[in-house]
Amino acid sequence: MSRLQGGHIDRNAPLNFSFNGQCYQGYQGDTLASALLANDVQLMGRSFKYHRPRGVFSAGSEEPNAMVELRSGARKEPNTRVTVTELFEGLEAQSQNHIGPLNRDLLAVNDLFAPFFAAGFYYKTFMWPRAFWEKLYEPVIRSAAGLGRLSMEADPDSYDRGFLHCDVLIIGGGAAGLAAALTAARAGAQVLLADEDFQFGGRLSSESHTLDGASASEWVGQTLAELDALPNVKLMTRTTVFGAYDHGVFGAVERVSDHLATPGEGVRQTLWRITAKRTVLAAGATERHIPFANNDRPGIMLAGAMRSYANRWAVSPTRSDADAVAIFANNDDGHLTALDLMAKGVNVLGVIDPREDAPRLGNYDLFAGGVVSGTKGRLGLKSIQITKNGQSQWHDCGALGVSGGWNPNIHLSSHHRGRPVWDESILAFVPGKDGPAGLIPAGAANGQGSTAAALAGGKAAAQEALGDLGLAIRDVVLPEAEDAEIAQAAFWHVPGKGRAWVDFQNDVTVKDIDLAHKENMRPVEHLKRWTTLGMATDQGKTANISALAVMAELTEKSIPETGTTMFRPPYTGVSLGVLGGGDTGSNFRPRRLTPTHHWAAGLGAEFVEVGPWMRAQYFPKDGESHWRETVDREVLAVRSGVGLCDVTTLGKVDVQGADAGEFLNRLYANMIATLPVGKVRYGLMLREDGHAYDDGTCARLAEDHYVVTTTTANAGPVYRNMEFAHQCLWPELDVQMISTTDAWAQVAVAGPNSRALLERIVDDLDLSNEAFPFMGCAELTICGGLRARLFRISFSGELAYELAVPARYGHALMQRLMDLGQDLGVTPYGTETLGVLRIEKGHAAGAELNGQTTPTMLGMDRMVSKKKDSIGAIMSRREGLSENTRRLIGLKPVDPDAPVVAGSHLFAKGAAQDTHSDQGWITSACFSPHLGCHIGLGYLENGDTRLGEIITAANPLEGQEMQLEVVSAHFVDPEGGRLRD
Amino acid sequence: MLIPHPLLGLRDAQEFTYLGDASLMDRPDPTLDNAETAFCDYVFMRDNPAGVHRELWFHEQGDRSWLVVTRNTITHEILGAELAKDLKLNRKDAQ
Amino acid sequence: MKFSGFRVVKEALTGHKGWGALWRNPEPKPDYDIVIIGGGGHGLATAFYLAKTFGKARVAVLEKGWLGSGNIGRNTTIIRSNYLLPGNEPFYEFSMKLWENLEQETNFNSMVSQRGIINLFHTDGQRDAFRRRGNAMMLAGADARLLDQSELRKMAPFLNFDNARFPIKGGLMQSRAGTARHDGVVWGYARGADMRGVDIIQNCEVTGFRIENGAVKGVETSRGYIGAGKVGVAVAGNSSRVMAKAGMRLPMESHVLQAFVSEGLKPTIPGVITFGAGHFYVSQSDKGGLVFGGDIDGYNSYAQRGNLPVVEDVLEGGMALMPMIGRGRLLRSWGGVMDMSMDGSPIIDRTDIEGLYFNGGWCYGGFKAAPASGYAFAHLLATDRPHETASAYRFDRFARGHIIDEKGVGAQPNLH
Repeated sequence: MSRLQGGHIDRNAPLNFSFNGQCYQGYQGDTLASALLANDVQLMGRSFKYHRPRGVFSAGSEEPNAMVELRSGARKEPNTRVTVTELFEGLEAQSQNHIGPLNRDLLAVNDLFAPFFAAGFYYKTFMWPRAFWEKLYEPVIRSAAGLGRLSMEADPDSYDRGFLHCDVLIIGGGAAGLAAALTAARAGAQVLLADEDFQFGGRLSSESHTLDGASASEWVGQTLAELDALPNVKLMTRTTVFGAYDHGVFGAVERVSDHLATPGEGVRQTLWRITAKRTVLAAGATERHIPFANNDRPGIMLAGAMRSYANRWAVSPTRSDADAVAIFANNDDGHLTALDLMAKGVNVLGVIDPREDAPRLGNYDLFAGGVVSGTKGRLGLKSIQITKNGQSQWHDCGALGVSGGWNPNIHLSSHHRGRPVWDESILAFVPGKDGPAGLIPAGAANGQGSTAAALAGGKAAAQEALGDLGLAIRDVVLPEAEDAEIAQAAFWHVPGKGRAWVDFQNDVTVKDIDLAHKENMRPVEHLKRWTTLGMATDQGKTANISALAVMAELTEKSIPETGTTMFRPPYTGVSLGVLGGGDTGSNFRPRRLTPTHHWAAGLGAEFVEVGPWMRAQYFPKDGESHWRETVDREVLAVRSGVGLCDVTTLGKVDVQGADAGEFLNRLYANMIATLPVGKVRYGLMLREDGHAYDDGTCARLAEDHYVVTTTTANAGPVYRNMEFAHQCLWPELDVQMISTTDAWAQVAVAGPNSRALLERIVDDLDLSNEAFPFMGCAELTICGGLRARLFRISFSGELAYELAVPARYGHALMQRLMDLGQDLGVTPYGTETLGVLRIEKGHAAGAELNGQTTPTMLGMDRMVSKKKDSIGAIMSRREGLSENTRRLIGLKPVDPDAPVVAGSHLFAKGAAQDTHSDQGWITSACFSPHLGCHIGLGYLENGDTRLGEIITAANPLEGQEMQLEVVSAHFVDPEGGRLRD
Repeated sequence: MLIPHPLLGLRDAQEFTYLGDASLMDRPDPTLDNAETAFCDYVFMRDNPAGVHRELWFHEQGDRSWLVVTRNTITHEILGAELAKDLKLNRKDAQ
Repeated sequence: MKFSGFRVVKEALTGHKGWGALWRNPEPKPDYDIVIIGGGGHGLATAFYLAKTFGKARVAVLEKGWLGSGNIGRNTTIIRSNYLLPGNEPFYEFSMKLWENLEQETNFNSMVSQRGIINLFHTDGQRDAFRRRGNAMMLAGADARLLDQSELRKMAPFLNFDNARFPIKGGLMQSRAGTARHDGVVWGYARGADMRGVDIIQNCEVTGFRIENGAVKGVETSRGYIGAGKVGVAVAGNSSRVMAKAGMRLPMESHVLQAFVSEGLKPTIPGVITFGAGHFYVSQSDKGGLVFGGDIDGYNSYAQRGNLPVVEDVLEGGMALMPMIGRGRLLRSWGGVMDMSMDGSPIIDRTDIEGLYFNGGWCYGGFKAAPASGYAFAHLLATDRPHETASAYRFDRFARGHIIDEKGVGAQPNLH
């Protein structure tokens, strides 16, 4: 065990866990990384391309190497960074991306062939022979692709989403974030403090610095206690703010239960949409490394991470207490690692620092002017080569800490594509001025690296935010803290022959950058794409700046001239499940139920999804074995008796006002203003580009009162369009409208017996043909006083009515009609029968009105009134629309047993079948029980003049070809006698 | 995005449905001789500016008002929002 | 230098000393026969075919940033020719045929991978519409298959068949569709054009046109004036901005489309799958990332970034369709500027200004079109006649009423 003294772990709470089947023990407060290191496990994974053995490299979310498949079964999470995985009792983890045991990965053979896998090699080969790409090369490449595996089972956990609003959002709860929170909270601002870690403190938890002469954790504890007690502060740990969106909106994911074995009754994670008036970006900084030959071995990690493991988790980075630890740093900060390790009793080999004038900050061996030029130890570091003054010497070494300086975590500041600015004094990019509006960087994220500077930076940022919000600032006394200036050298990599890794996960070396330069892949985006640098799961957090520096050296330009780095959301990987917000499976979209849904369900109806609605599709009876049997029965019942169908889903818009008629005249292509009170008219709406948009009926209930119906699909859009026409085009018209689709339950009562049935429920309305003829409408009462609306309209071609009652009476109405109509043969019918009835009658529906059709195609061009202007009228007369020769026609098979298949294309008999000779297509088809054969509707070139012609319907997709006769679209009662009687 | 509704204050843009350039309020006079040309221009042609854009949003999940929002298409900064109906009425009054 | 497996081996054994620049960085010449504005997929493909097929060598491509920095640098890499309308389908099928020979033509492995695309349907009405489309594809010489649910279950057992709000009933499949490595397409065309004498000039922004007596004479750029016999504009989302410099308005709006990639995962998804009841389409790259997208954000934008509601909308669809991806992670998202035309279809045409030609309006489907678009634009620039498969892509189709509206939603770009 490499456990040291101290640390922020609870030694009274041991936790058992397993890695690759081996059982270990750690403590509450450990991450999987710290617990594995404490158990002397250094080898944790394999790299992507060369399958190099890898260990943990960092102590945070920037980890490039140590990723595992966490948990098992359907909860398996691939690519999970051990450095941010909280240990819990029973945790299971497996290493990933290897064949065979982790320490003997068969794919490590790739490493031997590394010279063949140089940057961009695959663009230059695998081209011959042509067919081999899909058959051989790509399958081989794909079989080696990827990192971890999905379980392939549905994610069993649930997710949630929510909205949060605050005055000041503070991203990061380290020194700067805590100082900002204290400052903003004491001023009374609504504060939201979020940190991705499971405890606040940031680097304060990892350093041995004191605040006011005491352990930093004391100040952190006091501060949190104060914040927690304030009603205007919300503290959120385990919460990553991953993206900056417009107008102060941020995306954040809270890992609610990831630190537990299972979420139990709770959710796994919550997606928060946070709206903040001001935001303090106090996300800290990420240490970078220095590439040198074979710098990727397990045991080599960032120097700051080594301090984290020692100070926070009381873990030594070596496998054995006897092993020595070395530090390779180009800056003073790295030296602190040696001091902290020595204070914990770890054996320190020394500090190698390329600066000739490097300071010695303690009692350790200093190799000033030296570099690490090589390493040994395939599965774990064994020795390092130190080169100084041209002399190289090998030293036994169990772990090496590397520090190449720190990069501010500026990511969110460039999510709006703002450019970061190079700060030569700290050799790093800091947030530019063109970041998201209202976002104020602070602390290490702003290049304020010392503890004192971070605290002061956080306070100043909060004060700036308070000032912007007009809140009075109350002074906050910050604790005394170290304020060391960190000297560093612009030393970016150790030159030499061996492979020096820049991007660990994707195996990009200095040589690859050199090759990219040689091949003119020099713009930073080309470099990235050619070498895959920075495209791994860590997004190059530890790699990008080093790569930029190498390219800058090659092009002899400065780093900012060479390019900047650009970050896009998310800051770190966010589970796809939580982004879906939990609306999965059958809850993907809400289900809208009609007023008679439960009545239909009680009759055993089958339901079908119609947009957001569930509608009864058909009502099978006992003994019916096939849906067609049911539908045929329903159709014939309507044509011979009376049928009932819920048509509530059709859109209804109530239009009232003195100018309502004039307004509707401008919306409908045909004349509406002349419609008498008590009458209904079929209406066609066009889009302004002249194409058919929607159809329905328009009923005039009073001089200043109309009811417009729309198709189910267009209920929302038509209403929106009507409001547009009123508010944006003709606001001077005295008209008001409201959608009443949900307010009225509407039932179609169709068939020869419909009048007889309705007469049994209307209170005192004369339904005789003379008193209430076809296309009549009335407001009335039924069933002894229930308010209702009756329209004598027919989609089926039969004598038919639509009866509307307040939605809450829909179920009762249906039940009453069923009860009263038994002797009349009353039959409920669903959407399938509705479809058959309207095809038999030749009424256009969605397949005919698909947005690509013109009034001319529908045979309705004469309906577009020339006596008045209406939306789309002018444009419908353009040549391409008016000269379109396709016409809606009916189709009947020559062989009465042959099917008619919607989606088939139409050709003149004997014509070649290709795009050029294509004359139309079948829009809708069904079996007609009335005619006893299949029938269809379709659009056919000059179809109106080709009645009686035999044409060919081709369905090559399913190998079908049928001979069809062109007939009138009105298969049933073409004269319309039935619906008028 | 948040849209500053002139009556209701800041509202999430998800409550709205977007239509396009506010020039869609300027429907041509159908009685003009060149009405078809004018309508083609109105229906199909857009300035599509990179910068300040006046555009129509419908508060569909709200008070059902159409707004003219002035927004920068490069930065998404919103410079103002007005009720389309008021704008149109004022313009008609001015004529 | 010819690329080949042999060459890769030889260089590997000799320390990669022999590789040279993939293309030159030439200084602009005072004038060219043809100047292409836009160093993206369409512009570079145009230059490539101008040089290779039409024998034009005095050609320059002007790119304001780095090559491929527009939409071809960030997209979901889908290639397909599964269109419905006669104005479109032959063109996209022509493009598919060019894709099928791209590597051999450019001597660069763009990793064209014909793993297929499946468009799922969930209602009988959708099935009928897909049948019409599949038949239209076959009539134009493309391939199509109608899959029923049981066939789909075998091909993609991970789809949510049993607990879906909108049950999957089947799919329309095009087996020859698939993906290509988007950057590889840029580099293949760029290298091929450069090898044939085309000057590819990066960091050269066009600031204006020099137009005299109704004819274009050249372009003003950030690197000085460049004379041109003809100028072809292929700048996608920036079409309106660039053409405004020539005094033209376009039937177009610029919108943001977001695209997404997950962390690398072992291969699971066979080809491209599109959800017919939500806004989601997905494929898996050769590196293992799930590459997916959904709808455009829906408002005019040049910002190259989108907003959170669409991210949520896309992943709602993703999780509803394939709930096994839930424990994978989103790695990165982008926003690209789409040149959304008024009917959802592109324009490859002359303008009223002599010598000025335009290529744009690709909406969110420009990637798959790049080869045919380049070929057809080169054809137009070289011969002054439209290519037979692109003859419907005219400016005047809007005024004349011959729009090519696959979705049937009319002149509202954010619905296409």
